[in-house]
Amino acid sequence: MKVKQAPQSGADVLVQCLVNHGVDVVFAYPGGASMPLHQALTRFQDQIRTILPRHEQGGGFMAEGYARSTGRVGVCLATSGPGATNLVTCLADAKMDSVPIVAVTGQVGTGVIGTDAFQETPIVEVARAITKHHYLVQRIEDIPRVMKEAFHIASTGRPGPVIIDVPKDVQNQMIVADYDPPMNLPGYRPERRATREELEALLGLVRQSERPVIYAGGGIVHAGAAQLLCRFAERTGIPVALTVHGLGGFPSEHFLCLQMLGMHGTVYANYAINEADLLLALGVRFDDRVTGKVSEFAKHGKIVHIDIDPSEINKIKAAHLPIIGDLRHALGDMLEIMDKEPSLAPNPAGHAAWLRRIEGWRAAEPIRFSDRDDAIVPQYAIQRLWEIIKERGQLDDTIVTTGVGQHQMWAAQYFHFNSPRRWLTSGGLGTMGFGLPAAIGAKAANPLKTCIDIDGDGSFLMNVQELASAFCEKLPVKVLLLNNQHLGMVMQWEDRFYESNRGHTYLGAGFDREPYPDFATIAKGFGCAARRISQKEDLDGALEEMLASELPFVLDVLVPYQEHVLPMIPGGMTVRDIIKA
Amino acid sequence: MRHVLSALVQNQPGVLAHVSGMLASRGFNIDSLAVGETEDPHLSRMTFVVHGDDAVLEQVRKQLDKIVSVVRVDDISGVEHVERDLMLIKVSANAAQRTEIALLVEMFRARVVDVSGANMMIEISGQEEKIDAFIEMMRPYGILELARTGRIALLRDTSKKKEPK
Repeated sequence: MKVKQAPQSGADVLVQCLVNHGVDVVFAYPGGASMPLHQALTRFQDQIRTILPRHEQGGGFMAEGYARSTGRVGVCLATSGPGATNLVTCLADAKMDSVPIVAVTGQVGTGVIGTDAFQETPIVEVARAITKHHYLVQRIEDIPRVMKEAFHIASTGRPGPVIIDVPKDVQNQMIVADYDPPMNLPGYRPERRATREELEALLGLVRQSERPVIYAGGGIVHAGAAQLLCRFAERTGIPVALTVHGLGGFPSEHFLCLQMLGMHGTVYANYAINEADLLLALGVRFDDRVTGKVSEFAKHGKIVHIDIDPSEINKIKAAHLPIIGDLRHALGDMLEIMDKEPSLAPNPAGHAAWLRRIEGWRAAEPIRFSDRDDAIVPQYAIQRLWEIIKERGQLDDTIVTTGVGQHQMWAAQYFHFNSPRRWLTSGGLGTMGFGLPAAIGAKAANPLKTCIDIDGDGSFLMNVQELASAFCEKLPVKVLLLNNQHLGMVMQWEDRFYESNRGHTYLGAGFDREPYPDFATIAKGFGCAARRISQKEDLDGALEEMLASELPFVLDVLVPYQEHVLPMIPGGMTVRDIIKA
Repeated sequence: MRHVLSALVQNQPGVLAHVSGMLASRGFNIDSLAVGETEDPHLSRMTFVVHGDDAVLEQVRKQLDKIVSVVRVDDISGVEHVERDLMLIKVSANAAQRTEIALLVEMFRARVVDVSGANMMIEISGQEEKIDAFIEMMRPYGILELARTGRIALLRDTSKKKEPK
């Protein structure tokens, strides 16, 4: 398909490729080596909205927020050198959490590459280990093929980030482009489908099992398999424990949902995993925050592991039945097998005794916190936010992002997600500063949804400059800032393992001073609305005010710093070592 | 256990860096790595010798396969294959020692490729053990320098008659 016959610049060709791949928003910070791309973006402004972050890292996380909330490829642009290196954390983050983003960086001209030119960094060399794939475009005629391959690679199989480094002279050269060139990816075979024999073997194991548990992760969300998982769990009567990225992949309010497992998971989810005689691990990678001591994890049961990435199978924990495949197909095929041959279907009522046992654990040790009347404890603030949104019937229209630390885990525990792509968090890399830009990116992709960053004071400050993007781009995100004046999670570990000796985890300006910094004043300086509260009776009103605001809103909630995230299985330990209080 | 992995990769800049970087960052130890073009100019072949248990090998193989520019990976240790290593070795040799060394060169089916007043350069190819043995034979004369390519390997075509050893 030849779109235009007149020669175009490389930059115009690249932006036309973005349009052709359905990109409607890019997050782009200009600089010397990417100016032609930005000039091209102005020519395509009717088709692509360009959002200007205030730091390239903010732009990268916005692209992630866009991608995580939609499943579509998020696109960010930066210039060479420092612009490109500022994207490095975003690429590593997207790699760890399997997020499809395409990052385009300007590069110095091909004639000076390798000479330590101004703002030259060999970003492809830097990014190699933290991207799914990478390109240095040296010829203008390669642009359409590279763009096609990049979008294909980022979005298929196990999704991930792709970086495309484009020298400035290549952006400026002229060509009559072929927009539909063949791809050259002989080694890339993302389609994987479980065989019928494998799936029947799985069902056979379920039929023999008395105490099965599903351990489901981000793969469910990436595969678009949440509804199928729900039908499969109901059809087989198997309870579901979720990883931090699995949240929303199975309805939290479903009676079969055991909520999150692992280090800060529910007691009953961890007990169930430990007692299970069959573990169905779906789209997970046996992360150390889930398993604790690997040799003790789920050691009483057989393990079936389904993943689209063969390298995840047997990486950490050997599977008795390893299955490589797309979960949407695997779950869909199993439902079909059970429909056509009911004799192969397990009896959904067959695990009644097991479910009753789990209910006993759930009733005895639900997820809980000690509330206070003289302060707003952070768990309570999140719980109220969730309850208010639920009462309004707006859970499905709400997207929550987070920073990293205590507030992140409390959000995972007390904000309950019933649908996928409503919960965006940096789980693998654990990147502080993720929350605000991710919320802005999500808002750009979902203008009708309410996007709330539940953040901590440490994380929020790391990308606070993006309040400017939120204001100027009219993306009214909300920030529920749980401000305890500390790096709470590190502080919690200090309390537990270092006799409360504070190793630079205090963020305030002195206990005799007002809480520092004054986030409400900062927010107002950016043109955003803001309010600081510390009294419990002010919380509901302030949350209502935040939700109603037409401006970006920062609700600075002063919370006591003594709270710990519980329950907790200390790193490398087992279900027997759960700290419950 | 010793494994020989043979990988076909796209012949593009950066692929070797990607592969060796991946192996290093994941802590896999490689005894030898050889790379060169194949009959298809778009493809290169990388041959790895790796020591490790089955779990390590499975991960090395899968992580290699996951690299987009890697087209295909085979663990050929368990299959009939031919494996070779090429070495150039420079030993000190005075006039009196040359005949003696030439005899050893013949026994090992090696080749003298350069002779000067005080030393000789010898080319030898073959299996690892043979080359190691030859190095030991040369040691008493004084090894000045040596260079090895690392192992390269190809599967035998079992459907046709076998190539003589």
